Amino acid sequence: MSFIDKLLGRKPSADSAKERLQLVLIHDRTDLTSSELESLRDDLIATISRHIEIDVSEMQFGLEHDGRSQRLVADIPIKRVPRRRAKGKSKAR
Amino acid sequence: MPAQVITITSGKGGVGKTTAVANLAVALAANGSKVVCIDGDIGLRNLDVILGLENRIVYDIVDIIEGRCRLKQAMIRDKKLPDLYLIPAAQTRDKNAVSANDMNRLAKDLRSECDYLLIDSPAGIERGFKNAIAPADRVLVVTNPEVSAVRDADRVIGILEAEGKGPAALILNRLNPVMVKKNDMLSPDDVLDLLAIELIGIVPEDEGVIVGSNRGTPVASDPKSKAGQAFRNIARRITGEEVPFLDLDHSGGLWDRIQKLAGRK
Ligand SMILES: Nc1ncnc2c1ncn2[C@@H]1O[C@H](COP(=O)(O)OP(=O)(O)OP(=O)(O)O)[C@@H](O)[C@H]1O
Ligand SMILES: [Mg+2]
Repeated sequence: MSFIDKLLGRKPSADSAKERLQLVLIHDRTDLTSSELESLRDDLIATISRHIEIDVSEMQFGLEHDGRSQRLVADIPIKRVPRRRAKGKSKAR
Repeated sequence: MPAQVITITSGKGGVGKTTAVANLAVALAANGSKVVCIDGDIGLRNLDVILGLENRIVYDIVDIIEGRCRLKQAMIRDKKLPDLYLIPAAQTRDKNAVSANDMNRLAKDLRSECDYLLIDSPAGIERGFKNAIAPADRVLVVTNPEVSAVRDADRVIGILEAEGKGPAALILNRLNPVMVKKNDMLSPDDVLDLLAIELIGIVPEDEGVIVGSNRGTPVASDPKSKAGQAFRNIARRITGEEVPFLDLDHSGGLWDRIQKLAGRK
């Protein structure tokens, strides 16, 4: 990393290499492209939403690796409002 | 004891497979093991010139497989190291002249003839690679600290696992400690983090490797060469010896450790 790089606030090239490889390897290993992962996420949201209300904006979803094995990690907050009571209210109205 | 069959492969081309096979063969044979190496790169024969044996070739691996010669007739014995033999690749044939079964049969016949059978795999993940790993008891994957080489190594490591040939061990070749220090090259720790496999050796970038290949004398036979030292250490680890990566006498930081890992200290 040169003086100029530092001056421009560019990160060391080895760091870029590592970060880029981390993503590429996860996709290579799972044979999933970013867009396939996206559509998996959408399907998951659709399925879960048929049962409970979830907070999609706060949802975490992605692939992580643990040694050489990959895992799909999803952390999905459930909306506070209890469904039945919400329904009941609307009926009463 | 029957020989251990070790295949050296990489995915990406030009990362140092042939260099590693030649140097490990020389280092193992210099320590008294009987070593046979097979050039598995059919059509792109190279191990013969790196070992300085190119003028002695009469028969090659396809001649053995197709029954034109006996096994021993195609085994070229090194002049300096009488325990080192080479079975050259065929130069005028393509990789379809050899099958995985042929390799298994050949390795079976050679197991009783030596202590180590080293197979130099061609680049890629196709037939030549599949042939080269078929008889392997152990696979060493060579990579360089560069994005494309690491990515391809990961692919190959995954295939080896799926084929029941894992876990592979890693040779990180052409490490440039000056670039690592400047944060312009992936460090050994970075590469191990990414690939998550066992490390068997780090070989520094060393001009001596090219000088050695010019002469047909691998650097492992040069006691002063850094890369040679690194290959000798890997050979000792192959025989089961515990050779430290780290010199504990120097209580250095990360930089010291990398220098030592790379054999510069
Ligand atoms: N540690 C090193 N320092 C300097 N040069 C090296 C080192 N290792 C290998 N080289 C050089 O890199 C080039 C490629 O090496 P080599 O032929 O061993 O690679 P390979 O993986 O067998 O290639 P291929 O995929 O074509 O079979 C050669 O010119 C070799 O001298
Ligand atoms: Mg080669």
